[in-house]
Amino acid sequence: MSDLTTHTGHTPQAEPVANYLSHARGLRSWLFTLDHKRIGVMYLVSVLASFLLGGILALLVRTELLTPQHTVMGADTYNIVFTLHGATMIFLFIIPGVPGSIGNFVLPMMLGAKDVAFPRLNLASYYMWLIGAVFTLIAIAMGGVDTGWTFYTPYSTTTNSAVIPVVVGVFIIGFSSIFTGINFIVSIHKLRAPGMGWFNMPLMLWALYATSIIQVLATPVLGITLLLLIAERVLQVGIFTPAYGGDPVLFQHFFWFYSHPAVYIMILPAFGIISEIIPVFSRKHIFGYKAIAYSSIAISVLSFLVWGHHMFVSGQSPLANAIFSALTFAVAIPSAVKVFNWTATMYKGSISLATPMVYALGFLFLFAIGGLTGLFLGTLSVNVHLTDTYFVVAHFHYVMFGGTVMAFLAAIHYWWPKMFGRMYNQLAGQIGALLIFVGFNATFFPQFVMGSQGLPRRYYNYPEEFEIFNVFSTLGAYLTAVGFLLVAGMLIHSLFRGRPAPANPWGAETLEWKTPSPPTPENFESPPTAGDPYDYSRLAYEPEIGGYVEVPARTGEVA
Amino acid sequence: MGEPRQPPADAQHGEHAANHDPYLAHHFDTPEQQFDSVKLGMWIFLTTEILLFSGLFCAYAVFRANHPEVFEWGHRYLDVTLGGINTVVLICSSLTMAWSVRAAQLGQQRLLKICLAATLIGGCAFLGIKYVEYKHKWEAGLLWAGQYNPTHGLDAAGEAGLHGPAPEAAANPAPQGAAPDAAGVAPAAGTAAPAAAGQAGTTPGATRPAEGPLPPAESVDGVQIERTLNPPPGEAPTGLRLDSRAGVPHLMPAEAPRQLWWFFGIYFLMTGLHGIHVIGGLGAISWLLARSFKGTFGPAYYIPVDLVGLYWHLVDVIWIFLFPLLYLIH
Repeated sequence: MSDLTTHTGHTPQAEPVANYLSHARGLRSWLFTLDHKRIGVMYLVSVLASFLLGGILALLVRTELLTPQHTVMGADTYNIVFTLHGATMIFLFIIPGVPGSIGNFVLPMMLGAKDVAFPRLNLASYYMWLIGAVFTLIAIAMGGVDTGWTFYTPYSTTTNSAVIPVVVGVFIIGFSSIFTGINFIVSIHKLRAPGMGWFNMPLMLWALYATSIIQVLATPVLGITLLLLIAERVLQVGIFTPAYGGDPVLFQHFFWFYSHPAVYIMILPAFGIISEIIPVFSRKHIFGYKAIAYSSIAISVLSFLVWGHHMFVSGQSPLANAIFSALTFAVAIPSAVKVFNWTATMYKGSISLATPMVYALGFLFLFAIGGLTGLFLGTLSVNVHLTDTYFVVAHFHYVMFGGTVMAFLAAIHYWWPKMFGRMYNQLAGQIGALLIFVGFNATFFPQFVMGSQGLPRRYYNYPEEFEIFNVFSTLGAYLTAVGFLLVAGMLIHSLFRGRPAPANPWGAETLEWKTPSPPTPENFESPPTAGDPYDYSRLAYEPEIGGYVEVPARTGEVA
Repeated sequence: MGEPRQPPADAQHGEHAANHDPYLAHHFDTPEQQFDSVKLGMWIFLTTEILLFSGLFCAYAVFRANHPEVFEWGHRYLDVTLGGINTVVLICSSLTMAWSVRAAQLGQQRLLKICLAATLIGGCAFLGIKYVEYKHKWEAGLLWAGQYNPTHGLDAAGEAGLHGPAPEAAANPAPQGAAPDAAGVAPAAGTAAPAAAGQAGTTPGATRPAEGPLPPAESVDGVQIERTLNPPPGEAPTGLRLDSRAGVPHLMPAEAPRQLWWFFGIYFLMTGLHGIHVIGGLGAISWLLARSFKGTFGPAYYIPVDLVGLYWHLVDVIWIFLFPLLYLIH
């Protein structure tokens, strides 16, 4: 703790500086920390644990679907398992995932700030997440919930499974999301380093800003929806229950008014990550900075206007359907703007296939498929055929897994040296990325075929003609799992045996790379000034330290 | 997306300021930057609060648009007098809250404590009156769907002292006279509003010949009492008699609509959520009061008073929307 005081006064050029991991020790120093980096790490560990839980549940689902009939579990158990898989992955992992872990860790440093605007709120956000997760675990202990992660009424108000603990948990996690959003918006508005105008910000910050807008504006609506659902279950308020003349479709409207924007909470930070990684590993200035920045905002605005496309067959008026369909198509425009700009960034770049870049390329490929199949689903006539089939499942897994998870993995590999001060084995990282990429496609591509042939999602049994696709899909899931195990082992190994990371191993120009790896508790010894975050001309590779340095002198902050 | 370019104030001065100002968090450069940040954060939080309530307002809008007669019937069970008093109480407490912010800014410790205490009392009074209203609904079984059980009978409920000591005959027709403009309320009433304004509640059907003759006004006398709880069918305001979109005559039923529970469900949800926010606000104000006895607040540091003040005004504003939407339907 005494090391805390060393950050001011003398120039800490040569002396070994205490970093944020080592300056204080013990469990309490973590549990009560206000340091955004530590909170980011706690989030990282927690969401990855959730990812593991959700992943195991996914493997159970896939294993059950290996044969057309009963394989390893009964039909009721199957309902519970896929519901928990969805709820865990969505609410515990993917929504808080990137903003909570990566966002918390890098956002203040990218801004050149010492912390987020409200550190205590930040810690509260983490504990809200934790409490919500505990409620979810309680629900599992109480026998699970079998409504599907969407909690559609009237089933969710009549089933005997543990709906309330899960819903309460998700409600609490909503606060976590809101707190993070408030923190990020205020930090970006007020804590930018001198010289950092809005259009000097790294694109990751634009993406996180757009994400935060959605978190702040959409999550409260989910909150009230879930409160109404609880009221409906506990008190029978009569708003959603048809038996009392209530309107179940109203629940769907409320739910998707949040949950569609939530899809962009999941994917927008991924866009930010990719916008950081592609120029760095192409050694080329990002192409179309403003277009990417504005498209993030455009997506967050459009995200509020398309929720009705989840209800094309729920009895919505044809006019509303047509409008929602058109608006859904409109989302393709800013999304495509981004993809084209990333592609243009790589054009004639000096591309290196380091692990983060491998994931980023995988992201481009998979997100393109996921996004384009979204247009199929947004088309009214096709949607009638595809609603609630495996096509939908494949589509959103291509976006969520192929998009967000690939980007999340890219981010973990990209910022790993900064977070923990260790380099990992590139070859193992690349092989892991390849395994996950292949395994993922093997898992979900057959589901497009099954869906277009009309196999409904969430079914326990299926006709035998689909068996070959399901077997392929399940084997793909196992392959993905092997890939993840390899990645996890490689990263954990690097923590102990990895080569110490230089301050700037990849040659990035954003501010977080101008601190040592790992950073000092207050991030910067002296307040940094911001320049163009994508101008790499002043950086040169220095083989001695295995990283990049600024050309006009200033060598070796961490040797 | 507010300001285009506003790099934070230069940090060199901030480093020194940080050492002097005990209230300046380490990661802010200047007190101004901290104040602006905190204020912005609070406003964003208030936005989320509004959006939290927006779901209920949406539910209200949907149900009212689809079933105007339920709301028309339901609101008559609410006591406008008590609701009105509560509105005044809340507005006054907002005034004292704003005043306490001013007192904190000027360092007037005594005034600060008085104003905070007055706000606290106002909030408690609001909850007390709300309790009286809830208690009546509870006793009358006028609750949400699952508990809807008007066992005392609708008339009995009225006689059982809906308004306690308040003169009920005066209390209930009040909205009829006080809010004569029905234009915004029922979809079909738009065109009829000017004409109906003068005679609201009595012979509204005159402007709507298509619906057939209304019962004559001879029942008016009886209505003064009866309407409180059980208005006869002919007395429905004009806008509610015709579902303009369907073009189907939609007569008020002779008895209370069966699904009156929608109104009470929404009533309890909205006022209940609002009440929870009042309780939260009271907690925050108590905390402020406790700290103000320690002399924490002054011109150099009044952010908490300011923020709680903003929150309290929001709670007030939400009630100002709830009151007409629930009590003053016409």
